[in-house]
Amino acid sequence: MRKNQQTGKSRQRREGAIRLFFFFVALTSITILTLIVVFLFWEGLPIFSEVSVYDFLFGRYWYPTDDPPDFGIFPLIVASLTVTAMSAVISIPLGVMTALYLAESASARLREWVKPIVELLAALPSVVIGFFGMVIVAPFLQEILDIPTGLNLFNASLMLAFMSVPTICSISEDAIYSVPIELKEASLALGATQWETIARVILPASLSGISTAIILGMSRAIGETMVVLMIAGGSAQLPSSIFDPVRPMPASIAAEMAEAPFRSDHYYALFATGVVLFAFTLLFNLVSEHISNKYRQVGAATL
Amino acid sequence: MEHSLKIKIKNLNFYYGDFKALQDISLDMYANQVTAFIGPSGCGKSTLLRCLNRMNDLIPISRVEGQIILDNQNINDPSVDVVTLRRNVGMVFQKPNPFPKSIFENVAYGLRVNGIKDKAYIADRVEKSLQSAALWDEVKDRIHDSALGLSGGQQQRLCIARALAVEPEVVLMDEPASALDPIATQKIEELIHQLKKSYTIIIVTHNMQQAARVSDVTAFFYLGKLIEVDDTETLFTKPKLQQTEDYITGRFG
Repeated sequence: MRKNQQTGKSRQRREGAIRLFFFFVALTSITILTLIVVFLFWEGLPIFSEVSVYDFLFGRYWYPTDDPPDFGIFPLIVASLTVTAMSAVISIPLGVMTALYLAESASARLREWVKPIVELLAALPSVVIGFFGMVIVAPFLQEILDIPTGLNLFNASLMLAFMSVPTICSISEDAIYSVPIELKEASLALGATQWETIARVILPASLSGISTAIILGMSRAIGETMVVLMIAGGSAQLPSSIFDPVRPMPASIAAEMAEAPFRSDHYYALFATGVVLFAFTLLFNLVSEHISNKYRQVGAATL
Repeated sequence: MEHSLKIKIKNLNFYYGDFKALQDISLDMYANQVTAFIGPSGCGKSTLLRCLNRMNDLIPISRVEGQIILDNQNINDPSVDVVTLRRNVGMVFQKPNPFPKSIFENVAYGLRVNGIKDKAYIADRVEKSLQSAALWDEVKDRIHDSALGLSGGQQQRLCIARALAVEPEVVLMDEPASALDPIATQKIEELIHQLKKSYTIIIVTHNMQQAARVSDVTAFFYLGKLIEVDDTETLFTKPKLQQTEDYITGRFG
């Protein structure tokens, strides 16, 4: 007994040490992330001594190197939102319908093949997609639509949509596939057709997963930098048509950061743009969190 | 009371891929009677039950031979519309599986997918079905609340109400009480007694006492074969075969 007590003590000490180790690892990553956010605000907020928050957010002109400079990021915000919204219009139907087909219609064999391929597409580096949009899609658009440049809002939305489809498809498919077979059988046993079962039971039951998928896909699109830098066209003006070149926030930050003098107003303005971008992605994540909590996926029975 | 023949199974074979799950089953089932299928796990009783509303169609590698005649019509005939069949042959599953919708919408579901839009008629059918399933009094004040807030036993009676709403002629029950506590089980069994006045009921059960309590006819299955079928009382008191006796007395299975 005495001997066992000894090993018991050392076992408790070891468990304690392991717990402490994990606590510090977790603390480190959380601290670093917090510091990055603090830094972002630290470097972004000084610009508001030059321009008011309202003028910064809703100013129509972004001429940071003029004298006097204009720091209005409204065209950049509009560009980011329209590019994201348009890419969502393309990618949501594509992604969700592909997911429905894979989960409900495709044979097990086909599903086994196609699902990993779709997931592999998510691994395509964004610079490759940007390059494709630049050298293939842009000249094509320019030619068939007879427009001044193929590097525009529409092209960027299209390429971003292709980047979000794998995310949307793969996560939606998981959600749809995990709807309990019991619910499907219950519906079919009541004389519902396969399509009625999908529309009335499977889609509502997997709504939370599909919404999460859509929002993750869209946050990928709104934060994506390389694609919009390469193919959105770079013009910091309010677009009047979907074939106008635009300059979304990430593209602006990436393009100008190297030429903005350290701790100049331009530099602060770019960080403040980063703060705004961060606010948008944070909002997306909060909404997705809220939806997945509110419409929690439910099992067959709550026994 | 004379009972008319409702379902006639003739020389039925069923395969999952190469595995023959049901071997040469022939069995008659009568209207307004409860027929119970008993037997150890894997004996094919659930498979046979699921042949009766063609739920096995969902399994791509399955294959069925032989005839199941429901009111003079072979349900495996290519001309039979499976949706119509399932409207006439309702099913209650082992685990309560209400839709994540309101109590009302659960019961109304079958009517809605069958194209019924008349609101007064739907409300009336929902109430009648819940009454038939002995659930109306418990839920009438919260009919638009989520069905998932009900207890397991209530959920299962809701599933029965949902099946009754489309006015089937036959109700299949796949171990409907196996996930429930004894009191909920008793309620379901009382309900089965009531329901057989209007429906043909076929129930799969693991519980021999339950088969003895609720059914008029009992069929004993073993390894995909129908071993013995008789009046429930006869089968449980004077089984003809040693194998049946061994099973019902608990010597195996």
